[in-house]
Amino acid sequence: MASPHPSRVLKETALPKTGEQESMQTAPSYKLVTRNLNFFYGSFQALYDIGMNISTHKVTAFIGPSGCGKSTYLRTMNRMNETIRNTHVEGDLLLDGANLLEMDVTGVRRRVGMVFQKSNPFPKSIYDNIAYGLRVNGVNKKSVVDEAVERSLQRAALWTEVKDKLAKPASALSGGQQQRLCIARALAVEPEVLLLDEPCSALDPIATLKIEELLFQIKDITTIVIVTHNMQQAARVADYTGFFFMGKLIEFDETRKIFQNPSKKETEDYVTGRFG
Amino acid sequence: MVMQISRSRKITNNVMLTLSGLCALLVVMVLFFILGYLLWNGATSLNWDFFTKLPKPIGETGGGMANAIVGSGKILLLATLIGVPLGFLAGVFLAEYSGRTFAFLLRYTVDLLNGVPSIVIGIVAYALVVKPMNGYSTLAGGVALGIMMIPIAVRTTEEFLRAIPNSLREGAMALGATKSKAIFTVVVPAAISGLTSGMMLNLARVAGETAPLLFTALGNMFWSPGWLHPSASLPVMIYNYATAPEDSLHAQAWAAGFVLLALVLGINVTARMIIARGPASARR
Repeated sequence: MASPHPSRVLKETALPKTGEQESMQTAPSYKLVTRNLNFFYGSFQALYDIGMNISTHKVTAFIGPSGCGKSTYLRTMNRMNETIRNTHVEGDLLLDGANLLEMDVTGVRRRVGMVFQKSNPFPKSIYDNIAYGLRVNGVNKKSVVDEAVERSLQRAALWTEVKDKLAKPASALSGGQQQRLCIARALAVEPEVLLLDEPCSALDPIATLKIEELLFQIKDITTIVIVTHNMQQAARVADYTGFFFMGKLIEFDETRKIFQNPSKKETEDYVTGRFG
Repeated sequence: MVMQISRSRKITNNVMLTLSGLCALLVVMVLFFILGYLLWNGATSLNWDFFTKLPKPIGETGGGMANAIVGSGKILLLATLIGVPLGFLAGVFLAEYSGRTFAFLLRYTVDLLNGVPSIVIGIVAYALVVKPMNGYSTLAGGVALGIMMIPIAVRTTEEFLRAIPNSLREGAMALGATKSKAIFTVVVPAAISGLTSGMMLNLARVAGETAPLLFTALGNMFWSPGWLHPSASLPVMIYNYATAPEDSLHAQAWAAGFVLLALVLGINVTARMIIARGPASARR
C-alpha cells in the first residue's frame, strides 16, 4: 500500500494528542464500553441504565420505535447531547478503556465521528467540506489535505463522481451524494468510531444501497455504530444489533440471533412487525 | 330584506377596497413625488464643480461640496467601524451563546436603544467625545452614527444567524470544531450575504442622519484634515443651505439632497442584489 496507514496521517502532522496513541495496534476487542448509563432531558429520563460493549471494526446497529432512546444513546457517544441545554448524563462510557465523558470534548469528537439523519454539507466547495475537519484540527499543509480529501472521497465511493468538480459547491450534489460527502467528511479525520444516525432515512433505495455497501468497506478502518428505523437495513449491515424500547436496552446480541431467535418477547414482537 | 343586507355588504366591500387601494397608491406616490421633485431640482443644479470644489464664501455663486462628500464618507466609515463589529459580535452572542433571560434583556435593551431619538444620541456623543476632547470632530460624528448603527446590527446578525439550520453547527462540532470555530467558520460564512446586506441597509439608514451631526461633526466650509477637526457632511450642508436666504445655496442644497438620495438608493439596491444572489443555504 502506497498511502500511509490511516491512523498515521493525522499523528504525523502534529494533531493534539488524544487518548492512547497506539489504539490501532493494540486494538482491544471492545472499542466502546458503556456501563450504567442514564440520561436526562431536564427531569425526563431518556435512558435507563444502559450497558453495552461495542466491538472494534464491527457494525453495531440500534433499532427500536421512535422515542426509544436509540438516537439519544448514539449522541452521548460523541457528547453531541451536551449542546442541548439542561441535559445531563450519568455513568461510564469507555473509549479504549478511558471514560470519554471526562475527556476534552473536541478530542472525543475527533475520535468519534458522526453522520446525521439529514445530510448537512457546509455551504462550501466539495473540497473544503472534506478539508474542514482537518483544518479545524490544525492540519493545513496542502499536500496532506489534498491527499486526505482524495482518500476520504474514495473510501466514501464518491471520488469518481466528483473528482473533476471539487471546487463546485457541495449543494450541487444529489441527496445520496451529499450523504456520502458527509461520510467522507467524517472519515477525513480518521475517526476511530463512526456514528451514523439514520443516515439513509431521506434517501431512495439505490442511494441507500450504495451507503450500505460503503459501510462494509469502511469497517476495516473504523468501528461503526448505526441507528436505523429500517429493520432490514440492520439485518443487512450489522454484525450486532441492540433493541431499545422506552429508554431501555431490551436485548443486545449478534444480529442473526436478534432477528431469528430473540430471547425477549418484546424483541420478537418488534422484529416480526407486531408493533412499532 | 335578504337582498338589502347583501347589497349594503357589497357597497361596504367596494368602499373599503377603493379606500385601501387609494391609500396604497398614495404611499407609492409619496416616494415617487420625492424622487421626482429631487430629480427635477437636484439634477438640474448638479454639475462637475459640485463634486470637486469647496463651497464659496457667502455672497459668491458657484463652488461645490467636495469637502462634505468626503466628510460624510469619513464619518460613515468611522460609524461602520464602530457600529458593525460591536453590533455583530453582540448579535453572535445573542444568537449563539446567550441564556434565555439575558437574551431577553439584551434584545429589549437593543430595541429601546433603537427607539432613542437621534438628537439624544447626538447629545451623548457630544458629552462622550466633544466635551472631553474640547472640540467638534469627524470622530465625534462617527461615534454618534456608530451608536445609531448598533441596534440594527445586533438584530440583523441575530436573525440571520438563527436562520442557519442547527445541523450545520452540529456537523462542524462533530468534526472536532469548538463552538466558536463552528460559528465563525461555518455559520457566519453561511449567513454572509444576509449579514453583508443587512449591514449595508443599516449604513444607508444612518447616512442621512442630520441631528446627531449638528453638534458632533458640526460643519466646515473647508477641508477637514484628519479625524479631530470639525467636518462638513452632506446632511448638515443641506440643512444649512436650505435655510440660508439665497437661491444659489438652495440649488446647492437640492443637488446635495439628490446625491445623498442616490447614494442611499444605490446602497439599498446593491444590498438587495446581494441577498438575492446569496448562497442557497442562507435562504433555506
